[in-house]
Amino acid sequence: MRFMMLMIHGGYASAAPDAMPSAEAVEVMMKYNEELKRAGVLLALDGLHPPSTGARVSFKGGKPAVVDGPFAEVKEVLGGYWMIDVRSREEAIEWARRCPAGENDVIEVRRVQEMNDFPEDVQKAVEGFSRLMD
Amino acid sequence: MTTAATIEAVWRIEQPKLAARLTRTLRDVGLAEEVVQDAFVLALERWRQDGIPHKPAAWLTRVATNRALDRLRRTVLIDGKHRQLAVDLAELERAMPDTEAALDEDIDDDLLQLVFTACHPVLPAEQRAALALRMLGGLSTPQIARAFLVPEATVAQRIVRAKRTLRDAGIAFETPRGQERRERLGAVLEVIYLIFNEGYVTSSGPDWLRADLSNEAMRLGRLLAMLMPEQPEAIGLLSLMELSASRFGARTDGAGNPILLLDQDRSRWDWSLIRRGLDGLKRAMTLAPTPGPYQLQAMIAACHARAVSAAETDWIAIAAYYQALALAAPSPIVEVNRAVAAGMAFGPAQGLAIADALRDEPRLKDTHLLPTVRGDLLAKLGRMDEARAEFRRAAGLTGNERERALLLARAGDDETNSG
Repeated sequence: MRFMMLMIHGGYASAAPDAMPSAEAVEVMMKYNEELKRAGVLLALDGLHPPSTGARVSFKGGKPAVVDGPFAEVKEVLGGYWMIDVRSREEAIEWARRCPAGENDVIEVRRVQEMNDFPEDVQKAVEGFSRLMD
Repeated sequence: MTTAATIEAVWRIEQPKLAARLTRTLRDVGLAEEVVQDAFVLALERWRQDGIPHKPAAWLTRVATNRALDRLRRTVLIDGKHRQLAVDLAELERAMPDTEAALDEDIDDDLLQLVFTACHPVLPAEQRAALALRMLGGLSTPQIARAFLVPEATVAQRIVRAKRTLRDAGIAFETPRGQERRERLGAVLEVIYLIFNEGYVTSSGPDWLRADLSNEAMRLGRLLAMLMPEQPEAIGLLSLMELSASRFGARTDGAGNPILLLDQDRSRWDWSLIRRGLDGLKRAMTLAPTPGPYQLQAMIAACHARAVSAAETDWIAIAAYYQALALAAPSPIVEVNRAVAAGMAFGPAQGLAIADALRDEPRLKDTHLLPTVRGDLLAKLGRMDEARAEFRRAAGLTGNERERALLLARAGDDETNSG
């Protein structure tokens, strides 16, 4: 089963647009990523630029409204994610526990929805959209 | 109290490294396997009460090494076999790790050596599969037995025999180099693909799909691709498995009946697996201008993955890749597939010519493959009586209940179609 480990990066909400992790921090994280690879569980991972360079699109009243970052009112923002393939929820949590994260960081562990998790009518709605992802 | 599921999660993460480490220090796969199991039993007992230790890897290594020392000392005492021991007890005691960091030094080498030892060609493939899942996948004997749909005793015996064979043959725990490495790699890839296919479609029994084993195989494939990034066939195999697994969700209908590739709803294919498979294939192709057998099979799977609909499949490319595969790794199974591809690319008569040439092939006598394919090609040529006879023959040969039903239904369909 696939899980996403979502890194909620402490202090990232107010990080400068050009904020980058230190070489040491990257090195430690690379070791962790290597461990995930060595176990054969790592499917994908990415880090995200700070929210100050991003934008939020909201849909209040059914109309999209765009606000550029940084977002003063938002406390918890994503810094990146890992997609892993493990045998159990416990294994996903154990991997999250092993992450060399900072003391203000939080990792949210969430299971990825598979097609078979959906009821029949939802599966039907997906038919014919095979190239959506490509 | 710590739950068994949490302990098992830690165990599965630590077990392959522990097994690799212990096999290196003990230079004996059999003994390593035993003391690693001992450590697990003790961990289940202790960790449930006391919680998981801060450094589980160090805890497990210490326990397993102590067990090894106990066992070796007992052997010396009872049999006076000290000189026969591959390992010096004093050296082993000194080798006890005291820091977590020291544990992970050269772990990639240890893991690779364990891969090559557990998948040694001196072992029959099914023993390699059992030993690899046990040592590298961290699966228990009952879990392996359930996955392969065989009795526990059968798996236990496979592991015992494998360990004995490795010991009697005096297999050194080492990483082969050069030409030998390429040859030995073949035995490793073969067993990973065997595990994958055992999950892909079980050859007998009521369950058509057993994705668990396939996932284990893909994890092993990813480990291997990480340990040997320079080997295009290791990447080719991973890519092949990912592309094949991308179709798992589309291979059966709501009632569990199999759906053939060309009839599958492609929106149900797993596009993230396809993306990974295609990326891997690209990497393999830059490493090997002349593709090996696994890469060729991945290239064929990629042709299907890239086709928006079944009608848009590039059958000419597929037929060409099968032709190349027939040269790189000739086998009757490849020929059967080549017949299918040629039939799609150049018409059923062309396909039938290849299939007919296989009719006296002894290695195809007991499988449903050839009659299934001939039935299909004959039906397309309008030779319905012959087609029906082939489908019935195929139904009698398959060990898979659902496949049999499908074949009988096809024979019936053809009857109604031909009026």
